[in-house]
Amino acid sequence: MLHFSRWKTFIVWGFALLGVLCAAPNLIPEKDLASYPQFVQNLRLNLGLDLRGGSHLLLKMDKDLLIEKQIKVLRGNVRTVLRGKRDGAARTGAIRYRDLSAKKDRVEFKPSDPADLEKAYQAVRTLIQPLPSTSFGTVPGNNVDVEKTDDGRIVVKPSEPAITAKISTSLDSAIEVLRRRVDALGTTEPSIQRQGEDRILLQVPGYDDADKLKAVVKQAAVLSFHLVVRPANAEEAADGLTEPGTTIFPSKDQYSTHYILEDEPLITGADLANARQEISPQSSRPVVSFRLNSRGAVRFGDVTAANVGRPFAIVLDGEVISAPTIQEAITGGSGQISGNFTVSTADDLAILLRSGSLEAPLTILEERTVDASLGADSIAAGKLAAIIGLVGVVAFILMAYGTFGLYANIALLINISMIIGALSLLQATLTLPGIAGIVLTMGMAVDANVLIFERIREELRAGKTAISAIESGYSRALSTILDANITTFLAAIILFWLGSGPVSGFAVTLSIGIFTSVFTAFVLTRWLIAWWLRSQRSKTVDMPI
Amino acid sequence: MAFKGIDFVPHGTKIPFVSMRNIAFILSGLAMLASIALFSTKGLNYGIDFLGGTSIEVRHKAGPANIADVRRQVGGLGFGDVQIQQFNDPRDVLVRIELQSGGEEANQKALDKIKVALGDGFEFRNTEVIGPTVSGELTRAGIIAVITAIFVVLIYIWLRFEWQFSLGAVIALVHDIVLTIGIFSLLQLEFTLSIIAALLTIVGYSLNDTVVVYDRVRENLRKFKKMPLNELLDVSINETLSRTILTSVTTLIALVSLFVFGGEVIRGFVFAMIWGVVVGTYSSIFIASPVLLLVGVKRDWSGLGGAKYKEPSTAK
Repeated sequence: MLHFSRWKTFIVWGFALLGVLCAAPNLIPEKDLASYPQFVQNLRLNLGLDLRGGSHLLLKMDKDLLIEKQIKVLRGNVRTVLRGKRDGAARTGAIRYRDLSAKKDRVEFKPSDPADLEKAYQAVRTLIQPLPSTSFGTVPGNNVDVEKTDDGRIVVKPSEPAITAKISTSLDSAIEVLRRRVDALGTTEPSIQRQGEDRILLQVPGYDDADKLKAVVKQAAVLSFHLVVRPANAEEAADGLTEPGTTIFPSKDQYSTHYILEDEPLITGADLANARQEISPQSSRPVVSFRLNSRGAVRFGDVTAANVGRPFAIVLDGEVISAPTIQEAITGGSGQISGNFTVSTADDLAILLRSGSLEAPLTILEERTVDASLGADSIAAGKLAAIIGLVGVVAFILMAYGTFGLYANIALLINISMIIGALSLLQATLTLPGIAGIVLTMGMAVDANVLIFERIREELRAGKTAISAIESGYSRALSTILDANITTFLAAIILFWLGSGPVSGFAVTLSIGIFTSVFTAFVLTRWLIAWWLRSQRSKTVDMPI
Repeated sequence: MAFKGIDFVPHGTKIPFVSMRNIAFILSGLAMLASIALFSTKGLNYGIDFLGGTSIEVRHKAGPANIADVRRQVGGLGFGDVQIQQFNDPRDVLVRIELQSGGEEANQKALDKIKVALGDGFEFRNTEVIGPTVSGELTRAGIIAVITAIFVVLIYIWLRFEWQFSLGAVIALVHDIVLTIGIFSLLQLEFTLSIIAALLTIVGYSLNDTVVVYDRVRENLRKFKKMPLNELLDVSINETLSRTILTSVTTLIALVSLFVFGGEVIRGFVFAMIWGVVVGTYSSIFIASPVLLLVGVKRDWSGLGGAKYKEPSTAK
């Protein structure tokens, strides 16, 4: 076991050197970093939010609202089908119905004439379409399920896979929108990940204005401009009923004011080319000024020209922000949204409008925000603890094992460099518990050496020569070392699997530490001791027996 | 360089550990009963990871914070159970409020109100808001993780050794976990998700210790075919004693350094691990090995012996 061929020596030291080299860029001071090549800059520890400061938000998409919207669209489609086809001036195939209603998870109606049940059933069945096949090539099913009930109603439901697909695409587009919104805050490297079927994990390192972040993240920001039919009276506002083709919306700032608006929007958020916060020269109050894309500008110009003197409403997420009167045709394709804004809320709205809307608002399930100064304190405390712990362990091992302890300590230092190198290379996130993991590894890493050295002592006491004691010390300790480390590794895997943020960071550090410490303690010290035996031609072992 | 070091770790000891087993069993049994009693009466001081709620660490910008003022400002907002305590530095205050009823949004609203109430005089150093959905999930994940860990260990030791060893290791593990929960209940230390992480690390560490002793027991079972089991266990524990002490000491050096210098944030986590190392070392000597005596072990390891891979050959 003490013989190392040349290529083995090469591999062992190659590995150790690689680990140390990967760790080295972490020693470069922050201010000098820019003068190094990019790959060196990338080889630095990726500090977790608890060390850098920043915000962690776990967001959930409002599934029910998405389904509700889907049901509303479905109701429109059912109505269209029942109206029949336009054939010149007349309509053919129209079916009279009553009680067409959108329930929580379905649309249902009753043909006015029970004899039409089958005909209506067949007509509605024309809405059934297969869903697009998934990336795995399987066909998930149809978009809707249609059923007849015993009491003569027809029930149309979006199918389970259709709902899942809807949520999935909404979530994907939400991630894109969030990326644009968070980028607009001027932050660097936000991490936005999908979690489970309806969640998004947003981590923004180095940004600790959680209030601002939450303000731009949660809101759906669905914007549309509608012509105002008339203000709603109290009764209409209370029961929400109005003529077909119009809907009642509440005002955002004026309590109890409601407007009846035409359903067909003049323009929507999708027509915007740009938006920014500005101070209005007229009112010297903050406003959001916007510019429309060419299609939107033409359309807005036409509608405003045709409706001079009428008020229109700017609706954001179901509330009327303001309802100005059209003074003249707005042909330039730009305008202003005034409302009860502060500079900050106008700025937020501009960011939202630039970044696009979410299909449903997001709810915050979990928030963790750490101030950068606390993170810096944690790093300082972690470093101090690591250094003191290291000095303590090194001194203790040196005392206990003499020259052999020195080799164990060299292995320990290389081990720590390798852990840091591996973490840098994998771009794993280092958290405060991760630092604890490194410090703990220092304590436990020497375990393998302790096992080996204790074995060597036993063999020496049993009267063996130095070389044969060292040989059998290493070989007999191997199975114990493996057993002991595999069990710890199993615990680390479970930890990782349990892992939320900091905890899984700890698990990663612990696992890497297990591999590097077996390598350094079992292979590297063996090489060192073999070298020592050769060069010293020693007949004794330099440690207490 | 011929520095030989100092031989301060005892070796060649003949401490009759196994004959102390009855005292150890009684002590551990009582400690476990006490832990269970504490857990079921006093319970644990669960952190917001499990209960949900809001925890805010604030620092008063202008010198030491006035706890009474903070208590008045936040206490009057009607958030139910509110805890306000001095933390770490005289400028720092920890504010914790319980989970607000009314869904995820209610907690966010409460946070906004606290921020307004405390005003600009404070720096918000650490804010955590855990809603009802996530807290439930974290609790479940934590319980599942600990149970899975014990189960995986049971299987692994069974594969590598024999079922008797597996039983001994698991009894020792349960012992360690129960006592850790007991001390957390007794001292009413905050029990968070990272304490579960510490528990799992303890599982790994304590097992490490147990496996080292068991490996030696297995080796001696082959070597001394006629030696009575209790004697054989004593020999094995004594032979590995110096290693047990050395490793425990180095691990404790590292952990104590973390406990003292590593900052408030991980102190609970590190405390759990220090406790775990002490209890785990004790249990691998006084619990895991004597259990083998109670259930008996197979004496003939000359055959397949349950070892999965080839044992390294003995000395040339």
